[in-house]
Amino acid sequence: MSAASLTRLGGDDSRRIVVLLALLLVALLAAPWVVNDYLLTVLILILYSAFTGQAWNIMMGFAGQLSLGHALYAGLGAYVSAVLFVDFGIGPWIGFLAAVPVAVACGAVIGFLAFRFGVAGVYFAILTIAFAEFARIGFDHLAVVNASAGLFLPVHQTAHNDVWHLRGDPTMFYYVILAASIAAFVLCRLLLKSRMGYYWLAIREDEQAARAAGVPTFRYKMYAVMISAALTSFAGVFYAFFYNNLFPEQVFNIGRSIEMILGPVIGGIGTLFGPVLGAFVLTGLAETLNAVMAAVGLDIPGAKQVFYGICLLVVIVALPEGVWPPLARRLGLTKAKP
Amino acid sequence: MTALLSVERISKRFRGLVAVDSVSFEVTKGEIFAVIGANGAGKTTLFNMIAGALEPDQGSITFDGAPIHGLAPDAVCRRGIARTFQLVRPFPALSVEDNVVVGALAHRHGVSEARDRAHALLQRFDLFDRRHQLASALTLPDRKRLEVVRALATEPKLLLLDEVVAGLRPTEVDRLVGVLKELNRDSGLTILMIEHVMRAVMALAGRVLVLDHGTAIAEGTPDAVVRDPAVVQSYLGAEAV
Amino acid sequence: MPVDVYLNVVVAGILTGLVYGLMALGLSVIFGVVRVVNFAHGEMMSIAMYLAVVLFSAFGLDPLLMLVPIAAVMFAFGYALQAGLINPFITRPEHSQFLLIVALAIIIVNALLIVFGPDAQTVQTSYAYDSFQLGPVLVDASKAYAGGAAIAFAAALFAFFRFSRVGTAIRACADNYTGALVIGLDVKHLYALTFALGAACVGAAGSMMTLIVDVTPVLGPTYTLLAFVIVITGGLGSMAGALLGGILIGLTEALAGLMFTPSAKSMFAFAILVLVLLFRPQGLLGQRLS
Repeated sequence: MSAASLTRLGGDDSRRIVVLLALLLVALLAAPWVVNDYLLTVLILILYSAFTGQAWNIMMGFAGQLSLGHALYAGLGAYVSAVLFVDFGIGPWIGFLAAVPVAVACGAVIGFLAFRFGVAGVYFAILTIAFAEFARIGFDHLAVVNASAGLFLPVHQTAHNDVWHLRGDPTMFYYVILAASIAAFVLCRLLLKSRMGYYWLAIREDEQAARAAGVPTFRYKMYAVMISAALTSFAGVFYAFFYNNLFPEQVFNIGRSIEMILGPVIGGIGTLFGPVLGAFVLTGLAETLNAVMAAVGLDIPGAKQVFYGICLLVVIVALPEGVWPPLARRLGLTKAKP
Repeated sequence: MTALLSVERISKRFRGLVAVDSVSFEVTKGEIFAVIGANGAGKTTLFNMIAGALEPDQGSITFDGAPIHGLAPDAVCRRGIARTFQLVRPFPALSVEDNVVVGALAHRHGVSEARDRAHALLQRFDLFDRRHQLASALTLPDRKRLEVVRALATEPKLLLLDEVVAGLRPTEVDRLVGVLKELNRDSGLTILMIEHVMRAVMALAGRVLVLDHGTAIAEGTPDAVVRDPAVVQSYLGAEAV
Repeated sequence: MPVDVYLNVVVAGILTGLVYGLMALGLSVIFGVVRVVNFAHGEMMSIAMYLAVVLFSAFGLDPLLMLVPIAAVMFAFGYALQAGLINPFITRPEHSQFLLIVALAIIIVNALLIVFGPDAQTVQTSYAYDSFQLGPVLVDASKAYAGGAAIAFAAALFAFFRFSRVGTAIRACADNYTGALVIGLDVKHLYALTFALGAACVGAAGSMMTLIVDVTPVLGPTYTLLAFVIVITGGLGSMAGALLGGILIGLTEALAGLMFTPSAKSMFAFAILVLVLLFRPQGLLGQRLS
């Protein structure tokens, strides 16, 4: 399934896609007026998942590097912006600007070590896990973030929404994460159509052949890691200001990293729509499960995760490309002939 | 006649085995030069050293006046040497067109510019109609042709072909040979090829180098080389002459 | 701090490390032969640990005595897993296989959480607080028995691979897959058998581990990572390397816990992993299964 081919649709096909996207956009924009608070929160989770999924997809789906430690970058984004807010009153948007270099630097270190020393494939995945775990344990002992006791952001009751400090009601957060998801989508599309996108796909397909065709693979793999890390750190900033409490044990947890990959894997790694579709399908189904259980009066911690595991298993066994590519072919939306 | 590629006393060993032992030769601009020899004679190792995939233990490789031994494969490509692989390696999940665009991006910075160049090449090599097909869906001869086109898209001065007609039927061999001959004649592209199929070697090569167990045992025109007793004994067999 | 405190900690670390080593041995066997990166290894050990807990709390059966039955149960589980789920995936891309097992791991951990809850469960044997005095060193009885059992089990496994017909056949598969097929070995069955053996190691290690630590569901992922650190440090595919790596990590953890804070002890294991991956990826004794 060629993502590059998918983005270059012509004529009727591209008009159909645009219409569908426009409808989706209108629906999403109108959502807060139509749904209740609970569903709004679910939508926020879906869009958060769509955002992180797209960020992760850049590294894995486009450049072919399997990272299972992405919680590291989200965590760094969360903590940097939170500390700046709690200790210095600096708003999250500035906090984000400060967090990006930190996340990018970490990504660059991991990338450099891995690519220079030839650590690839599953070993690379294990390396990324090791770094995330290292951060988890390290932050648990770090005084400046209040270690394992947790870092809490002050929440004042405001009459109006303060976007600059990300203090406000769920509707505000909804539009922020919606805007971010759209921005990520646009960015991914632009990247995919650019020289960088072509080089990434070549690297993913066959790194040696790519080098023989003139692709500077080390440099472009580094770009993938750094861009993915930068984007993911924004998710962390959002997380910090939405939940207002951070515990290293939860923020850097390997479970977080795995949650980030579920959307793209289920939706379709390497495609533009895969992570978004995956987020909707997965989180939508999971929250339905939650609602059903709550209605019946059951509270089973861990049930949602078992459900995630089963979804992942089913998709890997039965739909190896993910949900989107066969769906796209069925809807006649792709030009590439397999 | 200037030497485009100059290989001097190049050697490579893998632990106990000497794969290439002090081989030297020159390829002049505009010629088609073939390297032949039995399996395991060191031909692909030699290629890999020229292309930058392996670093030589000893010796030097000079291309277009500058040393290239020890350079990374992508740097070598940007200098003007393109290669194909013995076991053909297109980008399977990418379309035919996208495969070539990747190559074209080596010297064309904009994607649309690269795509224009890709289209031109695909037209010339009769793959334009199938440009949206995935590379994995092509037949072997078409995949070989695609790999050549991708290599050509990088605008090389020297094209390294590693057993490019292997596995093809005689008619397909003749077709590809014809295309390469045309390329060499029209654009002056220098070609260095490893080949087993003597039909292709005799038809294309201006000069031939014969390797046996890592050393060069003969060099000259195809006609002279096939009659060389050492070559007959180590590789061709008396029936071939 | 007086020397004998260090000595006690070192001995305790080595003994615990032997159990880690047995766990990692299972992973090494699986990877060395079947080439599967078993990311559910620690989770499988959790299953074994909970089995031991249940058998003890329901019937008062000592985990050491239950070692063989539990290993047998895990053997069956491993065989079924490889034959039923993983074998068809051999031809799929590497990350597909890997994610399949990740999915299994998620299911196992959370299923255990649902069934047993998050609270720690312990096995309090009659000798839980006993210890031996060997010169200046005070050795925990539970740890001593566990360590001893680990050595015995590992030795049995070594012997199996070295001297038995089936063991030799398995080594042949690892060395040369096609060659093995050609001479008529039922490779699929042997793969399943090998995975089963690896699972049995994990089963045995799990029973022993209940004597040393409290059991919670979240231990699963922790042990998986630990197993990988040990196997990569000791050398993939090397059985002796797995044991050596286990001892090394057990020692590191124990000493780090003593000299720094106990909760930071895994950081050293990860630091070692990173260093090994970078500078000596084949590990200390890395090679083919031998």
